[in-house]
Amino acid sequence: MLTFLALASVVLLGIVPERSQAIVIYTGWERHALVGSDIRLSCSFFSWRWTSEDVTFSWTYRPDGSRDSISIFHYTGGAAYVDNKGPFRDRLEFVGNPGRRDGSILLKNLEFADNGTFTCDAKNPPDIVGRPSSVRLLVFEKVPIQAGVITGAIIGVVLGLLVLIVVIYYLMRFLVARRVFSLSVSKHGKKKKEGSQQRQIKV
Amino acid sequence: MLLILLGVLVLHLIILILLIVSTAASAWTVGGDRSSDLWYNCMTTNGGYHCKPASNEDWLQAVQALMILAVLFCFFSLIAFVYQLFRLVKGGRFFFTAIFQILASVFVMCGAIIYTVMSPDDAKVVFGYAYVLAWVAFPLCLISGLIYIVLRKKE
Repeated sequence: MLTFLALASVVLLGIVPERSQAIVIYTGWERHALVGSDIRLSCSFFSWRWTSEDVTFSWTYRPDGSRDSISIFHYTGGAAYVDNKGPFRDRLEFVGNPGRRDGSILLKNLEFADNGTFTCDAKNPPDIVGRPSSVRLLVFEKVPIQAGVITGAIIGVVLGLLVLIVVIYYLMRFLVARRVFSLSVSKHGKKKKEGSQQRQIKV
Repeated sequence: MLLILLGVLVLHLIILILLIVSTAASAWTVGGDRSSDLWYNCMTTNGGYHCKPASNEDWLQAVQALMILAVLFCFFSLIAFVYQLFRLVKGGRFFFTAIFQILASVFVMCGAIIYTVMSPDDAKVVFGYAYVLAWVAFPLCLISGLIYIVLRKKE
């Protein structure tokens, strides 16, 4: 029985990684940035295999409203090749760490024309079957406030002030009650002293 | 006495309903085939009725917040009224209720004013009934708050 279980577990452990041996690539979903700023587009992957020396990363760019993609970055054989002819020449930098499965790039000095979709494709031989992942870049003149942030802030502040005022009101009532209590004690003590002094004088 | 109490309560409920309808209904500005409110801009195109979320402008979010706060404070003042009705000493005034009601009226006023000033000037776009309800609710709320200040609890 035990030997059967051991054999079954060895076989399963051998089979399961083989089946799910697709590489999974992670980038962001959407990135917002201001005109003229820099942005780091991150790309990493998950693979059941160790990171091989032949790992490759490649980034392609498709502008908003266009159907064609253009390749802007490729890392292979330990060397990074950045765009030197296309829309990102002199503005692209590789800031990833392939040994740590990080293939991120840095876009500098963003322009409105950089609005579009960036796709990262990573391969970790022999693990090469996978879907590239895309991140959408939105370049703004000024970063818009998300829906409901100001609403929530105003409501939260007013309700918080309300709670604060109620708490302070009850605290003051409580403190005044305590002071009244201590006042009567000292009055009581003074009366006692006066009474004893009078008695002494009388005597 | 009971009649006055009933009247004041009915007024309060009417104000609460006005505020809720004004905040939720999609008719702050209407014009031709468009209608928009605090939350959605809706358009009747050839295909049907399409709504998309309203723009995330600062002033619109402020109006949203003020209207919601007005509804909340009106509701709180209703609860405070019922509470004080049973727990107040004889001859006492409904101060808590009045404060909340007056604050609610101030919030409605601020919200309506901001919306009036900041709404974009489009030709053939008029203000809808929800906007009018907000302006109607403001003086009613103020009067109700003042009534609560004057009202006294008798035996």
